[in-house]
Amino acid sequence: MGVGGYIALILTTFLSIFPFYWMFIVASNGTDEISKVPPTLLPGPRFFTVVSHVYEALPQFNQALLNSFYVGTAISVAQVFFSAIAGFAFAKLNFRGQKYMVLFVVLTMMLPSQLGIIPLFMLMGWAGLLNSLGALIIPALVTAFGVFWMRQVIDTQVPNELLEAASIDGAGVFRAYWNIVLPIIAQSSFVLGLFSFLASWNDFLWPLLVLNSPENFTAQVAVNQLKSSYAIDYALNMGGAFLSTLPLLILFIFVGRRLVRGVMDGAVKG
Amino acid sequence: MSQSSVARRAPKPPSPWKPVKQSRKLSNPNAVVSLNGRWGYLFTAPFFVMFLIFGLAPIIYSVYIAFFNWDALGTQDFIGLDNFTALIADDRFWNAMVNTFDIWLMSTIPMLVLSIGLAAVLHNPYLRGSTFWRTILLVPNITSVLAIAIVFGQLFGRDFGIVNDIIGALGFQHIDFVQGTQSSHIAIASMIVWRWTGYNALIFLAAMLAVPGELYESASLDGATKWQQFRYVTLPSLRNTITFVLIVGTIGGLQVFAEPLILGGSYNGGDSGQFSTLTLFLFDQAFVAYKWGYAAAIGIMITLIVAIVSVINFYITRKLAGEKK
Repeated sequence: MGVGGYIALILTTFLSIFPFYWMFIVASNGTDEISKVPPTLLPGPRFFTVVSHVYEALPQFNQALLNSFYVGTAISVAQVFFSAIAGFAFAKLNFRGQKYMVLFVVLTMMLPSQLGIIPLFMLMGWAGLLNSLGALIIPALVTAFGVFWMRQVIDTQVPNELLEAASIDGAGVFRAYWNIVLPIIAQSSFVLGLFSFLASWNDFLWPLLVLNSPENFTAQVAVNQLKSSYAIDYALNMGGAFLSTLPLLILFIFVGRRLVRGVMDGAVKG
Repeated sequence: MSQSSVARRAPKPPSPWKPVKQSRKLSNPNAVVSLNGRWGYLFTAPFFVMFLIFGLAPIIYSVYIAFFNWDALGTQDFIGLDNFTALIADDRFWNAMVNTFDIWLMSTIPMLVLSIGLAAVLHNPYLRGSTFWRTILLVPNITSVLAIAIVFGQLFGRDFGIVNDIIGALGFQHIDFVQGTQSSHIAIASMIVWRWTGYNALIFLAAMLAVPGELYESASLDGATKWQQFRYVTLPSLRNTITFVLIVGTIGGLQVFAEPLILGGSYNGGDSGQFSTLTLFLFDQAFVAYKWGYAAAIGIMITLIVAIVSVINFYITRKLAGEKK
């Protein structure tokens, strides 16, 4: 395959990682170092100073990270739970009208999300959920994507014979689901949960819209808040960006391979 | 137990003189029929209810609002199609549309080429460390658009960004990646390419791995070179995947919002709107100008564009399929 392929891969690796590295470089060197030409390419000593500035500018930054964590966990657990049961029903049960339900949902999935954002905002206002984490969690409890993902997973991973055998042994639908389907789909459900968590953590537009008290901010909104109106403090912004990205990087070290498999499996079946 | 109830419970054996009754057509042919399907209603209810409330209802309401002069602070006058006629006459709308399309072109074409290329490299069975390379590919995708927009914004800075340092070192004048139209599009497109190339490479890789090995064997027996095998075996089998990636990329491209917002610092898409995108424009109209009816009309136009592009995409792919055969 040749050196060319490996060069391409090494280049890709470098380019993929560089922005993270750069965040850290700028955050640890301070803003004034940026104007140096050639630019400083190695980490500097000022990282913790910059971090303290982040907390000065936005004392609720820690709370924001925690909020992102709460919201992400709530959403991923809920999505996995509701998508799994719905996916199971679509995959293995037969009930009138389900084909139309599926078709209907597929059609709606093709519409861009901006279409519903204003009424959703109004709805949150009417429900008294504005400026609360509930506004982030409740509309995201289950997604069509999650349901179809689980349907696909259950379709391919759970053989009908197993369920039929269970049924002959006297198991009802719920028992069949709980004792047979759930253990089989545990791994894939975890991957779905990871994707949901990531999407929630990185979500920017909706939280920006809905949250306005600093103690309710999520990580992304908090980082955005660091930007002041006059001079751009690059180190501050990058420090905030780095802090908000670090948890995901750590998570990725542990689950990265599962995510890769999730993406690739979804590609073929979808 | 009485005799009659026993008789009722045991199913009648099929009579050899009468034709077997056709089973009623199932909604779900893959279903396990011995499981009581009625549970399906209960199991799908949470999803369907929430889908109706948070997915469908907002969309319907959006379509409704679009026909009103709906000020968030009070007025709600029905004005029929006026929002749409005003929108079509609005330069800012066409400006946003052109920008969005330009950014989409600049990001989608390189991304397609690069991700298919990367997938081809990864497709090699003799590749060492393939798990590592595959995992690295996904790293850009897990970051937030905000964090990356901050980083790229600094990297593309006019005076002190690394990109301009290199440009200056090569002897050219520094480019202003914020003020310029094409240059700002390049900066935004590069963020999109950075984020999605690896992810899509994995998707293409999965599709390539699904191609049966016999096709390659018979091709190489016929004397095809590696490149010819790629062109005539691999690429055609990727056709559906390319369509999928294109459509998803289109929907995503129309939603580009955070990158121009961070680059410009406000919702107007630059001092002369040079990188105002459709979604940014919608956001600006909805939550800065508070013209919800107008913004809803923008949302509907975006949806129409998605539909048109998907149809075009579909027909182009079909035509290419006809040719390749």
